[in-house]
Amino acid sequence: MAMLEVKDIHTYYGNIHALKGVSLEVNQGEIVTLIGANGAGKTTTLRTISGLLKPRQGSISLNGEDLHKYPAHELVYKGIAMVPEGRGVFSKMSVQENLEMGAYHRNDKAAILSDMDYIFGLFPRLKERRRQVSGTLSGGEQQMLATGRALMSRPTLLLMDEPSMGLAPILVEGIFDTIEAINKEGTTVLLVEQNALMALSIAHRGYVLQTGQMVLTDNAEKLKKNEMVQKAYLGID
Amino acid sequence: MFKKTLARLSWVDIFLRVLQLVAAIVIVYGLVTTFTTARYSSEQWATLAFAGLAQGSIYALIALGYTLVYGILLMINFAHGEIYMAGAFSTVFLAMYFDRNGFLASNPLVAIIVLILFSAAISSGIAILLERIAYRPLRNAPRLIPLITAIGASFLLQYTFRGLFGSQFRSYPEVSILRGTWTILGFNVPIVQPVVFLAAVSLMITLYWYVERTKAGRAMRAVSEDKAVARLMGVDIDKVIVSTFALGGALAGAAGVFNGLFRPQGVFFLMGFFPGIKAFTAAVLGGIGNIPGAMFGGLLLGLIESLGPNAVLEGLGIPAANQLKDAIAFTVLVLILIFRPQGIFGERLAEKKA
Repeated sequence: MAMLEVKDIHTYYGNIHALKGVSLEVNQGEIVTLIGANGAGKTTTLRTISGLLKPRQGSISLNGEDLHKYPAHELVYKGIAMVPEGRGVFSKMSVQENLEMGAYHRNDKAAILSDMDYIFGLFPRLKERRRQVSGTLSGGEQQMLATGRALMSRPTLLLMDEPSMGLAPILVEGIFDTIEAINKEGTTVLLVEQNALMALSIAHRGYVLQTGQMVLTDNAEKLKKNEMVQKAYLGID
Repeated sequence: MFKKTLARLSWVDIFLRVLQLVAAIVIVYGLVTTFTTARYSSEQWATLAFAGLAQGSIYALIALGYTLVYGILLMINFAHGEIYMAGAFSTVFLAMYFDRNGFLASNPLVAIIVLILFSAAISSGIAILLERIAYRPLRNAPRLIPLITAIGASFLLQYTFRGLFGSQFRSYPEVSILRGTWTILGFNVPIVQPVVFLAAVSLMITLYWYVERTKAGRAMRAVSEDKAVARLMGVDIDKVIVSTFALGGALAGAAGVFNGLFRPQGVFFLMGFFPGIKAFTAAVLGGIGNIPGAMFGGLLLGLIESLGPNAVLEGLGIPAANQLKDAIAFTVLVLILIFRPQGIFGERLAEKKA
């Protein structure tokens, strides 16, 4: 049984039918990427999984448990964390306060402190700036902070929405290295990306989303060689 | 260069500049005439200033309720003045009871603390009910709708109290330990003023500590910045919103008791209207949504209102200037809205919306 099973979900924004029956699976320990053009429904899919949007049809289950009955704020207790699109750091709070927000649902103070040290080990930049107001961080640092904050909840499934957005290529590489490292330590990752090449280079499997529908799925190596993917998302003719 | 700047100026800009200049000249002229003719002694100014600070601290406590709710929901809870009235009004009966059975005389400090807690509980409860019944169902409605509901709610509260207890004034009993004067900086000040001021300031410091240093306060700030992300962190938004209303209500309730101790006029069903609007003015003055702004704005408005009539208006030769207190407060509101809508500590709205 897959860890995350999304079956035929339909999500609407008002009257706009954004997801028209999306299904996907993520197995324990995998990095799975969801690629697609702007407006294909990648972010909507993640927001539906994280509970911020409720699907009108279809089901989402984690380790066999239906998530439908849980409001968004309870999913973090189930082990789901999300790095939202545009990073979503609390810009008026300090770096440390942002990380503490990530551990909001936990009460084990000692473990929270040691996890924070772990995050600071992962991103030494954040340690230097722990008292700084987050709104003054650079884009790359904010991405580190958003990732670190999500990890502070000790997720089993990490949802990442466009971590490369607006970052210089060298920073993007750093972020993807971190995602791989996090994954090696046991966190399952569902990664939404427009940068398909980068995403497919670290992912195990991938899905291709087009106007609210899944059109293709395969392992990452094969997707990279797929003609349609090369044309549409990798810029190779 | 200069020509370009000139070309970009619209008539509205010019009008506003002129208005600004006229306002500044009028205020300076008033101040200068007042102080060159030395109408009042420094003793009298000090009396006004201390009274202004005490009144201002009451405004500040009420203003915090406006600003807390605005910070979280971007909504002006215009029924907040009535939340204040409800606490002050309900507590007058308990205060009268304590007066009759001698508790207020034998244990004044305990009695006053009980009164404050009681009033805070009533106001807080009413604020929670309002949120649940009047505002929560409209949370996703256009922003004008809850505003109208708030006005409806404030009428409902006013006339419920009028219906239950009539329209006469009721006074808080006098507390003997608050009578008499203290000497502060060489001036004689009625004890009640510094007491109200210090009690209010300690409440404000507690609130600030709560918002800045506790986990619940952090959740509150998170919700105010980004509700969706706060939910992803596991914050139950409804709980945070309810606690925000409860907190604002409690501060207003406490302010209601302070007002009862400080001003002899007593309570009646419309008593929340003016302090409500003035506290709103104070919140806007400090920058709505900004907590230190509301505190500072309240104190500043209290001072302006208390010193302004004598310092500025009398210098301009306006008779019976003291009766124009309210006019001063609302002139401040209008001037702030025209010249610095974001308030003293506020950030530009565009930033908030992004």
